[in-house]
Amino acid sequence: MKGGAHNPVRLRYTKRGKVRWISHRDVARALERAFRITKLPLAFTEGFSPRPKVSFGLALSTGHESEAEYLDLVFADEVELEALSVSLTDALPDGIAVTGAVPLAERAPALQEAVTAVVWHVEPTRADGTPIDASELGQHVDRALQLPALPTSRRRKGRDVEEDVLPVIRRCDLRTTNPVSLEMELTTQPRSAKPGDVLAGIVRATDLPGGLIEARVLRTHQWIERDGTRLEPLNADTRPRALEARAS
Amino acid sequence: MSDLWPRIEPLLARVEKPARYIGMEQGSVRPQHEAGRVAFLLIYPDTYEIGLPNQGLQILYEILNERPDAVAERAYSPWTDMESSMRRAGLPLFSVDTHRAARDFDVLAFNLSAELVYTNLLNLVDLSGVAVRNEDRSPADPIVIAGGHCAYNPEPLAEYVDAFVIGDGEEVVSEIADVVGAWKRGGRASREAVLRELATIPGVYVPSMYQVDYDGQHIAEVRPRFADVPAVVDKRTVADLAEWPYPKHQLVPLVEVVHDRLNVEIFRGCTRGCRFCQAGMITRPVRERPEEQVRTMVREGLARTGYDEVALTSLSSADFSGIDGVVADLVNNQVGTGQVSVSLPSLRVDAFSVKIATEIQKVRRTGLTFAPEAGSWRLRQVINKLILEEDLYSAVDAAYSQGWRRVKLYFLTGLPTEMDDDTLGIAALAKNVVDIGRKYTKQASCTVSVGGFVPKPHTPFQWFGQNSVDELSRKISLLRTATKGTKAQVKWHDPSATFAEGIVSRGDRRIGRVIEAVWRAGGTFQEWSEHFSLDRWVDAMHAQGLDPDWYVTRHRNHDEVLPWDHIAAGLHHDFLWQDWQSALAEHGLPDCRWTPCYDCGVCTDYALEHVVASPLAPAGGSQGTGQDLTAGAGIPVRFLGKHEAVSGGGAEANSQARRAAAAGVSPAAASGPV
Repeated sequence: MKGGAHNPVRLRYTKRGKVRWISHRDVARALERAFRITKLPLAFTEGFSPRPKVSFGLALSTGHESEAEYLDLVFADEVELEALSVSLTDALPDGIAVTGAVPLAERAPALQEAVTAVVWHVEPTRADGTPIDASELGQHVDRALQLPALPTSRRRKGRDVEEDVLPVIRRCDLRTTNPVSLEMELTTQPRSAKPGDVLAGIVRATDLPGGLIEARVLRTHQWIERDGTRLEPLNADTRPRALEARAS
Repeated sequence: MSDLWPRIEPLLARVEKPARYIGMEQGSVRPQHEAGRVAFLLIYPDTYEIGLPNQGLQILYEILNERPDAVAERAYSPWTDMESSMRRAGLPLFSVDTHRAARDFDVLAFNLSAELVYTNLLNLVDLSGVAVRNEDRSPADPIVIAGGHCAYNPEPLAEYVDAFVIGDGEEVVSEIADVVGAWKRGGRASREAVLRELATIPGVYVPSMYQVDYDGQHIAEVRPRFADVPAVVDKRTVADLAEWPYPKHQLVPLVEVVHDRLNVEIFRGCTRGCRFCQAGMITRPVRERPEEQVRTMVREGLARTGYDEVALTSLSSADFSGIDGVVADLVNNQVGTGQVSVSLPSLRVDAFSVKIATEIQKVRRTGLTFAPEAGSWRLRQVINKLILEEDLYSAVDAAYSQGWRRVKLYFLTGLPTEMDDDTLGIAALAKNVVDIGRKYTKQASCTVSVGGFVPKPHTPFQWFGQNSVDELSRKISLLRTATKGTKAQVKWHDPSATFAEGIVSRGDRRIGRVIEAVWRAGGTFQEWSEHFSLDRWVDAMHAQGLDPDWYVTRHRNHDEVLPWDHIAAGLHHDFLWQDWQSALAEHGLPDCRWTPCYDCGVCTDYALEHVVASPLAPAGGSQGTGQDLTAGAGIPVRFLGKHEAVSGGGAEANSQARRAAAAGVSPAAASGPV
């Protein structure tokens, strides 16, 4: 590449446990510190205030956990990717662990545009925190999914707007785990919704007594769907290893 | 009983900034509690974002956790939303390290860096499930200790805090751990016995061991109740900072906090002698950290934390011997740190400081802050902030010519002998500053930040009657009128908050019940403007039969027994009084680190000396450079005439002390109007 080595890489990382209470921005800052601690050769933007070339995927709400967060970044040099996962994980807070790293193709579509669906593991309780019975929850979910629409009130740009979340729901399956959970697959394009919006839609459409809140939310997968195939972001837009070798 | 996390976590989804309560900072520990180990809970009585960076607390956290027989964890004031949730759920105050209940610790140790946090202290003791008053506690309860700059007048909290630590905590904390540890291992028999033993540790003040006698409103005498309890408690001072390279593992929070960067203390103490500045008076003498140790701490700290910014902290960082070399090497990556930005929390007003700032800020020069503190040379001599106008203008000229566009000037108002000419002088300075800037850029602007002056114990101004709320408001509006239509923008601190601070700053034991009443009326977070109301304070004063003006705006005389007279910062009473008289005579006093000793008392009484690498004052500017300090002081001023001119008045913590403290000790409230 012109101007020295240019080595784009995609990382997958987790956010589990207590650390779920930090914001997306806090995660970004923790990663930036980790890059400096590990002295990784990040590429920087040009100009008066050079910034590392890092671009984040979909934001994860404060309080939600994830096994599938993604990050694209560019190194200015070759980096041993196996060792990178270990050293970055060591430099990151407990609960944030790098679980995969692949060389990325030049000009790969940005994660925020490329990802089309995400899968959530959601443990709901009643609004007062008491557990809800699996069969009751299942009945309400089934009823809700039969309806022509699931209107919810969402806050967008400081205003409350009415939106139908039904088109966003690919599936919402009851899991008889303990505590009971829902596995939701939700689109992120053209429209997106959060698990809490879906729960609110179900409560409102089916008059679920006592309401529902999300006690625990875990993102388990993000998917890039393209030309009829579905790819995990670490398998999409990767760069062949041979190319990696040539770049050095 | 140990880990409250499972009960805490369900509350977090519905509170602001839940990460305040999770701990997990890099550098934090999860200590193993055992019956034989004395457990300290170190508490900063303000929000996590304000309290976490506190260097004093972090230093003690490390020192205690290095001991095999002690453990230390930390806690901060939960914000009001979290506190209500906790009280509803029956959850007590907890540590952020292992989420352990406060009552499970042997010592609750508070950092006091501002008077208006005292109601938070009471609230936290209560939230811990411990009786707020000393007399109501049993041997099963933790010992409540407080330290920090405000401990130099412990009396307002005398009925609420079992023991105070006066001065540097590095050494004395271990002596306290020894005594409390032995008490714990001995079965925690008598509370009185352990407090009496604590009272014999130099630097520890146990208020219940002292009897206060009154003569009408005045204090007649404060005397120890037992022969082995010292009549006067002297401060503790760490003689050589080089022996204390702490914090070794500065905490790196996961959320943004104030001073969110590596902080390396480059020296402690300041002998500039600004008469309003409590920090400068009580932390003498100057003790520089060896330059090589500074470099090591910066290099290792940056490598470990991943921060890309470091602050070299002190009360006046441009005074550090060889500061220019250290800064140049840092920004030019000669310390082996990679790209870092450097900040010096308190710049002097001179071209030398601008030169350093220029070195630090290679690009994007936007705002630069100076603190002339007073609007006229006359008044600057009164307060001993010896900056000539030409120094300010040359500094400002240098700043604008180097590309800075905004200059911020800090002033105090309500200073002794202050007259309207001095206040108008602030407007004139600001206007001239803008004019200088206009030579270089049309965008030149100047912000004037005004804080009301609160006289502080152990300073030459401790006898001065603070300006009333009305007088401060009048001066602020005078200044606002005088700057109308100019490019100078005026910001000010709420005079009501300044007044409340004045009640506590020089309060005596009777003020304790006022603080308690304000707390019981819901007055927590008094440093936060949205929670502050002066009415609560004034109502509480009246309910206690106390006159707010007697405490705040009254001038004290030479013979009055001051509530903190039995606490010694090493400054002789005669020196302070003489310096007060020199102030009224508009005489400045040079910096004794570069000029002969004038015997304030600290070094001689405590067998200490300055630890300064360079025997010469830094180059450039008037501050401490051997200028003729009598210049401009030719007109004798009569004590009374001046005094009458300024009677009344009220103010807040002096801005310098506050900013200095913010450098390492006490960040000011984030939401104040200034």
